[in-house]
Amino acid sequence: MMQTSRSRTFAVAAGVSGLVGAAVLWTGIWMAQPAGAVVTGRVGERLIYPSPLEMIRSGDGKQLFVLCNESDEVRVIDASTGAAVKTISVGHVPRGFALSPDGNRLFVTNSWDDTLSVIDTASLQVIATWRVGSEPSSVVEDRAGRTLFVANRISNDVAVLNAQTGAEIKRLAAGRGASYMALAPDGGKLYVTHVYPNPSPHRTEPESEITVIDAQRAVVIDRMQLHGIAGVFHVAISADGRLGAAAELHPKNLVPLAHLEHGGAFEDTLMLFGADVGNQTVEVPLDELERYVARPFGVVIAPDKSRLYITSGGSELVTVIDVPRLLRCVHLHHAPFVQDLSASANYVVTRIQVGRDPRGMLLSRDGRTLMVANRLDDTISVIDTQNDRVRSTIRLASPAKLSVLRYGEQTFYTARYSFQGQIGCANCHIDSTFDGLEWDLEPDGFGRDIVDNRLIEDLKGTEPFKWNGGNPNLPTECGPRTEKYFWRSANYDDLTLADLVTYMLSLPPRPNRWRLPGYELTSAQARGKAIFERTVDKFHNPIPLQNRCSYCHSGPKGTDQKSFDVGTKRPTDNSGLLDTPQLTNVALTAPYLHDGSAATVEQIWTVFNPEDKHGRTNDLTKDELNDLVEYLRTR
Amino acid sequence: MKTVLGLLALVAASTGALGATAKAPSVNKAPEMPHYRFENFTTANGLPDDHVYTVLVDGDRIWAGTDNGLALYEEHKWKTYTTKDGLAHRAVLSLALDHNTGDVWAGTMGGLSRISGGHIDTFTQLNSGLSNDVVYGVAVQDEYVWVATAAGGCRLNLRTGQWDLYNERNTPMVEIWVYGVSASPTKVYYAVWGSGVLEYDQSTKRWDKYEDPDGETEMVLFKDQGLIHEITSSVSFVDNVLWVSTYFGDSRYDGRYWHNFLTKDSGLPSNFTNSVKGVDANRAWFCTDRGLAYYDGANWAVYRPSLTTGKPEMMVRDTAGHVTSIPVTTAPAHNYILGIDFQGSDIWVATARGLSHGTLQR
Repeated sequence: MMQTSRSRTFAVAAGVSGLVGAAVLWTGIWMAQPAGAVVTGRVGERLIYPSPLEMIRSGDGKQLFVLCNESDEVRVIDASTGAAVKTISVGHVPRGFALSPDGNRLFVTNSWDDTLSVIDTASLQVIATWRVGSEPSSVVEDRAGRTLFVANRISNDVAVLNAQTGAEIKRLAAGRGASYMALAPDGGKLYVTHVYPNPSPHRTEPESEITVIDAQRAVVIDRMQLHGIAGVFHVAISADGRLGAAAELHPKNLVPLAHLEHGGAFEDTLMLFGADVGNQTVEVPLDELERYVARPFGVVIAPDKSRLYITSGGSELVTVIDVPRLLRCVHLHHAPFVQDLSASANYVVTRIQVGRDPRGMLLSRDGRTLMVANRLDDTISVIDTQNDRVRSTIRLASPAKLSVLRYGEQTFYTARYSFQGQIGCANCHIDSTFDGLEWDLEPDGFGRDIVDNRLIEDLKGTEPFKWNGGNPNLPTECGPRTEKYFWRSANYDDLTLADLVTYMLSLPPRPNRWRLPGYELTSAQARGKAIFERTVDKFHNPIPLQNRCSYCHSGPKGTDQKSFDVGTKRPTDNSGLLDTPQLTNVALTAPYLHDGSAATVEQIWTVFNPEDKHGRTNDLTKDELNDLVEYLRTR
Repeated sequence: MKTVLGLLALVAASTGALGATAKAPSVNKAPEMPHYRFENFTTANGLPDDHVYTVLVDGDRIWAGTDNGLALYEEHKWKTYTTKDGLAHRAVLSLALDHNTGDVWAGTMGGLSRISGGHIDTFTQLNSGLSNDVVYGVAVQDEYVWVATAAGGCRLNLRTGQWDLYNERNTPMVEIWVYGVSASPTKVYYAVWGSGVLEYDQSTKRWDKYEDPDGETEMVLFKDQGLIHEITSSVSFVDNVLWVSTYFGDSRYDGRYWHNFLTKDSGLPSNFTNSVKGVDANRAWFCTDRGLAYYDGANWAVYRPSLTTGKPEMMVRDTAGHVTSIPVTTAPAHNYILGIDFQGSDIWVATARGLSHGTLQR
C-alpha cells in the first residue's frame, strides 16, 4: 500500500476530475484509473471548495439541494439534468439540513455560527436566521410542522424550537456530541446519535447512546446504551419503522494501537435496533478480513427494506447490505459476533468505490438510484442500485486547482496509508477535533503510558507534541511516529507529509462558546482569571513560579511549550515529565490530564492535585474553583 | 358511636396531636375534609427500602427516594435505580421533575443525579461545581437547577453548565446547612437550617432574608410577627404565598403578613415538621413526626396510625377548635411523615415505614 509520488499525482488528478462516467467496483485496490483524469498543479493559497456533505430532494422532486460544508452554501441542482440552478449562502460551516414536511422550507444548521438558516424553497432565498444552541449539527421538523429539533454538538443537547417563529421552547439533555437525527416514518420517535463518547470510568470501554425522543411530547423517553462505542454518525429507520441502523466506530483503545496487524484499532460497525432485531441493540461488523470500511458515516435503508447502504469516509466506499440476509444472520447468532470478521460475508453484497470522504446519501423514492456526496472531491456519485455501479458523477463547480491545504485534508481523512486501510487521522480526530478517548499507543506492553487524545485545532506555536514532549514538530509527530506506531505501514512521501502538516497547522480554533463578545469577562470569569494569574495564595504566601497556573499555561494559547512534573505520574508511566497542553477550547476536551484520568476539569484539582504540584489550588474554596473553571472555559 | 368518637378524641387530646387547646369532642357536624383510602407500599411489595425520604409524582409514574435507592412505580410495578445504575448514592433525599423535559433530578447523600430517559448522570462536589454531596433539596425552574446542600445552596445553568454557589460569602446566610428549596419564575426560596429563609428575587438578582424575630430565644412573644423559627426544614412557594416548615412550628407568608401555626393554636399534630407542600395560597399539607396534616385555610385534618393503638385515624379540627374523629379504615404507613406529592386529587406520602397512596374518597 505504499503511496508513491506517482500515485500521489494520480490522487491529485482524481480529486479534480472526479470519477465521471466511471463504474468503479470494489477491487481491493485503492485507486482505479478514472476516465479522462486531468493532472493539475497545486497551489499554496487557501481555495474554497464546496465540500458536499448532505443532500435533499425538493418536495416536487425536481431539484436537488446540496449542503456544502466549506463554501457555506446550499447548491441547488436540477435533478434531471444535473445543471446548477442557484447557490444560496448560509452561515459558517453548515453541517446538517432538513426539508419541512410541506416542502416549503429548508432548514440549515450552521455549526460554527450557532444559527439556523431558513430557506424558502420557492424563492430559494434565506428568509430567516435563528439562534440555536452550541454547534448545531442537524435539524429535523416534526410531521405536523410545528416543532423543530436541533442537535447541538457542543452543548450536548437537542433544542426544541417553534417551527414557525424559531423561538426556543426547551432543551433536551442528550449524550456527548449530539449530532445526527432520524425521525421514525410515523413521526413518533426521534433518534439522536453522538460523535463523542459519554463519560465512563477511566480505562473502561467507551459508552455511547442513541437518545430517543418522543417527537409529539418533546421529551426524552429512552437512552439506548451502546457499549464499547465511541462515535455514532448517521442513523436511519426503515419505512415500516421496524428496523433502525446507525453507523459507528468501535475503538479498541484498551489495547496498544500497535496491534493494527491484528485488527487492533477500530471495528467499523453498524448498530441495529427495533422490532426486527427483537427490540434490542445488535452490533454487526462491516469489516472483513484484510478489507476494512474505515469511518462508516452515512446510512440509508431502501424503501422496501431489501438493501442498506453505508458510506465509509476513510475507505471511500459504499457498502451494500442485503437486509434479509443481515437479519437472518442476526437471528442465527445468539452471541455477539461483532469481532467476527468473517460475518460480514453473510450479508455484504458488494462495496462500491466512490469519491473522497463520502458522507451523506440520498436514495430515490423508488430505491433505484443512490446519490453519494463525496466531500473532499466535490462530486456526487450516482449509483444504479439495480447493478450497484456508479452510473454517473456530478461534479460541483469548484476551484480548478487542488490546493496544498485540500490535499493535506484529503490525506488527513483517508485510511489508505494504514495497514490494510484500517484507520486514518480522522478516526481519532473526528471532524478534525478529538475523540474523547485515552489510547495505549506504543508497543511497550499493555497499559503502559496511556495518553489522552488532544484537540488538534490551533496547533501552531504549541510544539513539542506528544504528552512526553518527545516530538519537536508536526512532521516528526505525523511522519515517522505515525508510520511506526499508527499506520504500521509505509509512510507518506515528503510532499504529502508536508501538505498534511500544513493542513493541520491551518486548523483554526472553533468559536469559544463561553466568551462574551469583545472578550469581556463575566464576574465569575474575572474572579477566575485573577486566581489563574495570582502570585500569592490566600494565606499571603508567595506561590513559587512553577506552582502558578499562568507560569506553565502562559501565552495566548496557554502553554509555555515546556515539560513539568505535576504529580500525575502513574505506576504505568515511564516518566512524570509531561508537556504542558494548550488551553484552546479546553472546556470541550474532556477527559483531562495526560492519561485522561480526570473526567472533568474540576477533578484535576479535587482528585489529582493533593500536593499542589499541579498549581497551588488546595487553598481555594469550592466557589473559587468554580470561578477558575469559568475562566478556563473562555480560553 | 358517640362513645367511640369521644374516646378517640380524648386519646388525641392526651397526645397533643391536635394541639394543647383542642376542645372536647363536639356534637357539631365536623367540616367536610378530604377523606382518603390509603394503600401502603413497603419492601414486602416491591419498594427497595421502607424508609422513604421523598416522593415525586410524574404523571402516571411515581418516584420514591428511599434509603436504599430510587424507586419508580410504573404500570403497577416497582423498578429500582441504584448506584450500580449510576445513582450518586443509595440514600435519595430529594426529588424534582423538570416539567419541560421530563427529566427527574435526585438529591442524594452522595451527590446530585439526573435521570433522563432511564439513564443517570451524576454530579458531585469532586467532578462538578456542586457545592456539597449531601443534597437535601432540589428544584428546577426553566434552565436552572436549584440545589440545597449541607454546604450552601447552588444553581446549575443547564444551557451553559455554569455552577453558581450561594453561601455565607455572597448571601445573608449565616448557617450554610440548607435543607430545602422552592423555585418559581419570580422568587426562589431556600430553607436554611438555623438561618431562616433566604429569598432570591429573579428579576433584581438580589437576596433577602427572613428570620425569627425572637431569635434563638425559643419564645414566641407576639403571634404572627414573622417566621416562626430559625430551624427551617422546607419551603414551598405557591401562588405567591410562601409556606415554611420548621422543627418548631410552621409559617405562611403572603408577602406582607406572616401567619404561624403551632400545635397550641392550630390543628398541627406536632410542631416538628419535616416538610410542607402548598396546594395553593390557602391550602397546604404538613409532614410531621406525628402524622400528616392538611390545612384548607380554616380547618385541619390529620391522617395517621394512632399514636397509641396504631389503628388508622383521621381527626378534623374546625375553626373553633372543635375536634372530631372520623372513622377510617386506612392510614398512612407510619406517623413519621417525610414528604408528600399530589396526583390529581390523590396524594402520595413518604413515611419512615413505607410509601402511601391516598385515594380521595370524597
